[in-house]
Amino acid sequence: MTLDNILASLFPHGHDVVLERGLISGRGPLPDGGSVAVIGVDGRTPVGVEEAALLAGHVLDVIKPGGNEPILVLIDSDSQRMSKRDELLGLNEFLAHLAKCLILADKLGHRTIGLLYGHTAAGAFIATALATQILVALPGAEPAVMDLPSMSRVTKLSIDVLQEKAKSTPVFAPGLDNLAQTGAVAITLDTAGSLADQLQSVLSAPAEREDSRDKLGKERNGRPKAADIAERVYELARASV
Amino acid sequence: MIAVVSETSKDHDDASVSTSSWYEASARQRVEHLLDANSFNEFIGPEWRETSPHLPLFDLPEQFDDGMIVGYGRLGGKPVLVAAQEGRFMGGAFGEIHGAKLTGLLRAARDMASVPVLILFDTGGVRLQEANAGELAIAEIMRALIEARLVGVPVVGLVGGRAGCYGGGGLIAGCCSALAVSEQGRISVSGPEVIETNRGVEEFDSKDRALVWRTMGGKHRRLIGGAEVFADDTMASFRDAARYLIEHAPSMSLSTLESEQSRLAQRIERFGHCSDAVDIWRSLGAAEPENLPALHYREFAALANDLQEPRHDAR
Amino acid sequence: METLNYRHKAPQRAKGSKRQVIVGVVASGNLEVLAERVLPDSECEVDIRTAAEGFGEIWQAVVADFVERRSPGGLKFSINDGGARPDTVALRLAQAVSAIEGERT
Repeated sequence: MTLDNILASLFPHGHDVVLERGLISGRGPLPDGGSVAVIGVDGRTPVGVEEAALLAGHVLDVIKPGGNEPILVLIDSDSQRMSKRDELLGLNEFLAHLAKCLILADKLGHRTIGLLYGHTAAGAFIATALATQILVALPGAEPAVMDLPSMSRVTKLSIDVLQEKAKSTPVFAPGLDNLAQTGAVAITLDTAGSLADQLQSVLSAPAEREDSRDKLGKERNGRPKAADIAERVYELARASV
Repeated sequence: MIAVVSETSKDHDDASVSTSSWYEASARQRVEHLLDANSFNEFIGPEWRETSPHLPLFDLPEQFDDGMIVGYGRLGGKPVLVAAQEGRFMGGAFGEIHGAKLTGLLRAARDMASVPVLILFDTGGVRLQEANAGELAIAEIMRALIEARLVGVPVVGLVGGRAGCYGGGGLIAGCCSALAVSEQGRISVSGPEVIETNRGVEEFDSKDRALVWRTMGGKHRRLIGGAEVFADDTMASFRDAARYLIEHAPSMSLSTLESEQSRLAQRIERFGHCSDAVDIWRSLGAAEPENLPALHYREFAALANDLQEPRHDAR
Repeated sequence: METLNYRHKAPQRAKGSKRQVIVGVVASGNLEVLAERVLPDSECEVDIRTAAEGFGEIWQAVVADFVERRSPGGLKFSINDGGARPDTVALRLAQAVSAIEGERT
């Protein structure tokens, strides 16, 4: 689905969401009478220092007046912008800042929902989609930590060998199914149905206060150990002091 | 508890330990020398053999602690939780077990709401053989870290290891209450090779070590405000920095992030046109910016304090 | 990966009372050795997982020589090897015994 189609299905009665140089921002009405703030990245735009700062600024603008307006993060991005200039300016701080703003919004009572409808990768993935309280996806979304050719270069294994290994585990290869299995993507939406209704239904469910992605990854056999290890360290630490 | 042994054949007296290199040390040595003597207790130590469930698929050797040491100890008599990455094992990269240990530690810190956390970074980022688990671990760590900070827990990052602090490690570092970095500590999202591969050797020659250090290294990070303290490459200096930053770490709130927003916006405005770190240092007012890489610890630390006051309220 | 296991009789118990130590790191040309005091005083065991296959004879010789020199009775050694040379293996084993016996190497 294109961004226009998604927005039309999310907001059949109109919206003021705009796209400027690959960045999405604005607001739309919800079926229950409320509104949702929308930010995001479209057209496989890389997320560099300017992009991260602009998106974070939008999030802060939603938080500042108070209230509990939800924030929808639409994502079809490249990875972080891989350039000398971005690193020179401290891209890690900018991406972390964006993630912090989204997580703070959640803690202050704004529901944060990521909607992955295209590509995303690496640092951009962490700072946007994975910093929301719940991540949903459209069929055909293509999340990747790293693409297979790059992975092949680093691991010195051929793409064929990597693809063969990927059949036995979702833990390393790109793709929506693999990331859903590891617990990153909670729900895959149905493009035949109204996205407005599906968004409303996500918002109507009580917000999970705990990060349950590791438990989800265990249930779905994508991450066999993470939840148990985190829990064991948690108990040991609580008992130690 | 696991006793730690020096890996060199020299006998260490206390003085030589405190001046010994952080960069050269193993993760276990760093933990031992950072904390009060014999105060460290490890959680899920190597004797539990909680190794990566995924490396065997790639026919790669495992490490008993999966390259992450977490536990409890004391610093200056006060309790701290500690996590340390071993940069020589798989480049210190985040895998499923490696990451989950830090997630659990930070969740405990959040719920105890009183014990500071020290993270000894030494990482190339996500471990590609378990990339999805590593990426998610970083997201989970960031959420737990921010939740801990929101209830007032200081989370201090120390960066000075061989592998640097790259990829998702850089993002976690950016979430910490405060950072200490040594000259050798590089903080960056994309590594030098990644930039070269994507942009060409004309934009970034990853073999040009001087370029790598001045773009990503500790001096530059301190000068642009990416780290609060510039540490010497010694155990004692990192210990002092950790104690200082725990005391001065601010809690996190909406106003902290508003301050960070303007701090970062000002950085783009001020330095966004600069094509090299030397130009940034000149803009900052350094008299001889091209000589900064050659400055020794004390000279540089003093100069940095003149040029850029650490901002403790904007991170 | 190849798994190797050697059991030896040791004439003497390893000194000291530490329960366990770990030395080294798993990296190219390096290895980690976890030593644990879990066996009867007259026995020792070396359990190896190595990335370099086909060096069983060399491991056997290095381990036999080590047991003869140090008599690490009561200790179980668990090794993750990233393809270390025999002299590095011998050094790490010796460091592990010294550490668990309470000396600094």
